[in-house]
Amino acid sequence: MSAFIHMGGYAAYVWPAYAVTLAVIALNIIGARRLLRRSIARARRRLAVAGEGAR
Amino acid sequence: MAWTWFHRLGSPPYVYALCARLTPWLAWPAALLIAGGLYAGLVLAPPDYQQGEGFRIIYVHAPSAWMSLMVYTVMALAAATGLVWRIKVAHAVAAACAPIGASFTFAALVTGSLWGAPMWGTFWEWDPRLTSELVLLLLYLGYLGLRSAIDDPQRADRASAVLAVVGVVNVPIIHYSVVWWNSLHQAASVMRIGKPAMPPAMLLPLLAVLAGFTLLFAALLLVRVRGEILERERGARWVAQELAQS
Repeated sequence: MSAFIHMGGYAAYVWPAYAVTLAVIALNIIGARRLLRRSIARARRRLAVAGEGAR
Repeated sequence: MAWTWFHRLGSPPYVYALCARLTPWLAWPAALLIAGGLYAGLVLAPPDYQQGEGFRIIYVHAPSAWMSLMVYTVMALAAATGLVWRIKVAHAVAAACAPIGASFTFAALVTGSLWGAPMWGTFWEWDPRLTSELVLLLLYLGYLGLRSAIDDPQRADRASAVLAVVGVVNVPIIHYSVVWWNSLHQAASVMRIGKPAMPPAMLLPLLAVLAGFTLLFAALLLVRVRGEILERERGARWVAQELAQS
């Protein structure tokens, strides 16, 4: 197990590379979901305002 | 008759519903392929005879670099479609590509730098491959900056689409940079004519991660496209019906 973490002396390069890539994937998932959630909330607000105007 | 599917792809309500339905079918295979591929790359693949365990950076670097180019190509094609046929959905696709592409270009540059440090003895060199990949990041950032600087969505779509289309000349330059110029960067080992330059135990995990990243891009794109469509369909009646259902 410690040999695996050691990565034949390349641990200082291999693990940060994997960490950066996994962070980019995670941020992409969070970012895409947040964009959609906010767009739906904005569209709902516009619909509510338009509904009040019609009354 | 045969063209009806194509016309429907220009219809915002149809595409919005289609994206919502397809997303899980892309996201779960993507998660399995990426997790399995990275595990196999880190644990099961044999060490390289020259680079030892250090070569394992390839399993995050090459797929990130592939994303940076593939996403830009999709973005430029969508932008060109939007410009020529004035299709709103196409502009939504182009706008949805940019943040995904920019982030994976960043990942490709950072992981490449972390690979270059022990193998070439430097984190950065003004080398044709590295420089053209940095230009790609600047193109993505320029595209995003231009969009955020223009308030009117239709003008933002058109202006940024022109930038995306012009910038596509950089894509073949990046791909062939290692062939055309004397580069520090190694030549292609998967996307080349003839057999790949790797044994199957090394190659298969890489292909799994490449496929996984591609599916991940498709899933992220579909989620983002729905948001971009809603922003472009203000006041459309179908939006009220769609949001009332969910």
